[in-house]
Amino acid sequence: MFNWLQSFADWLIYSVFGIAAHSKLGDALNFFVYDTIKIFILLMAVTFLMGIINSYFPIDKVRYFLTKRKWYGLDYFVASFFGTITPFCSCSSVPLFIGFVKGGIPLGVTLAFLISSPLVDAVTVAIFFGMFGFKTTIIYVVSGIVLSMIAGYILGKMKLESLLTDWVKQLLKNKPVNDDLPDGTSLKFVQRVPAIIKEALGIVKGVSLYILAGIAIGGLMHGFIPTGFFEAYISKSNPFAVPVAVIIGVPMYSNTAGILPIMQVLVEKGIPLGTVIAFSMAVVGLSIPEGLLLKKVMTTKMLLIFFAVVALCIVISGYLFNLIF
Amino acid sequence: MKDIKVLGPGCPKCKTMYNNVLQAMQQTGIEATVQKIEDIEVMMQYNVLTTPVLMVDGVAKIKGRVADVNEIKQLLTT
Repeated sequence: MFNWLQSFADWLIYSVFGIAAHSKLGDALNFFVYDTIKIFILLMAVTFLMGIINSYFPIDKVRYFLTKRKWYGLDYFVASFFGTITPFCSCSSVPLFIGFVKGGIPLGVTLAFLISSPLVDAVTVAIFFGMFGFKTTIIYVVSGIVLSMIAGYILGKMKLESLLTDWVKQLLKNKPVNDDLPDGTSLKFVQRVPAIIKEALGIVKGVSLYILAGIAIGGLMHGFIPTGFFEAYISKSNPFAVPVAVIIGVPMYSNTAGILPIMQVLVEKGIPLGTVIAFSMAVVGLSIPEGLLLKKVMTTKMLLIFFAVVALCIVISGYLFNLIF
Repeated sequence: MKDIKVLGPGCPKCKTMYNNVLQAMQQTGIEATVQKIEDIEVMMQYNVLTTPVLMVDGVAKIKGRVADVNEIKQLLTT
């Protein structure tokens, strides 16, 4: 699919710049040019596709559907699925949380949405596709959704409502908000396209710096670190590798844009894929800044339970990935 | 006189939105009161789901994304 691009990168680096093939610098530069172009093409495509779905199912509509129908457990899936499609700034997590719970959506379903949203998004999917290929991407997306469903379900069963902060409980006592189906849903596809493209461009622009930095660091590591270098330290047979990776990853915060290009190189140099994925999920899915935001709606005890359950689910999926690959 | 509110808990996107509103007002010369609402408890009274939100005269015009200066100018002049 991207053979033409590899030829282009080869031509640019080896012929135009005249840097010797298979030299360390040549390898690093080639990797940088090839990956950058490939990822930006994929990024535009995926953000555009997700933008189309998002345009037809904006967050208000998702909430409306989740509250207006009986779902018999399927709502965990719906919430996790739409969590992956809806782009939102991490500082929206509190308004979203309250808006969902206040609308009558069960706590567990709301949390499923909050977990899946940063874990799987357009940017992650595009970069994953570019770095690890189609099959791994599908497995990542499916496991991200399943993980959110399971973590949400467990948290829902734990009946954590009493651990919400007081002002949230007060809010929930009042009558549910009058939730009408949002208007502006009758636009034709052609009329939606400009806004979708604009939104997609905005997302790509927002993460481009991180991606460039990530690929640059990845490129350097690719060229200069010998293959199999990490294998000596982290191997598949080490049972503690996954939990340790998750524990290190949880307090860190980065978006996937910056971290995945580096992940690819780590995999290439011998760290098992599952361990790397568990680490990146921990970095993007849970973080101290997010915890501080959620502190507004959750008591410390609930926050700790939330982090523990999600972290545990990430560890388990890390092991599963290592088993599959 | 229009009544403009920018709702957002203080993330970079919300600040950009607020600055864009101020610029749009300057460029169009429209008179309006501008409020930046950062308190989440107050914000929830407006039933928002994603931030930043731009409200003009009590109606949420833009939700969950940053609007550029030109778009805000259009919103204010029509």
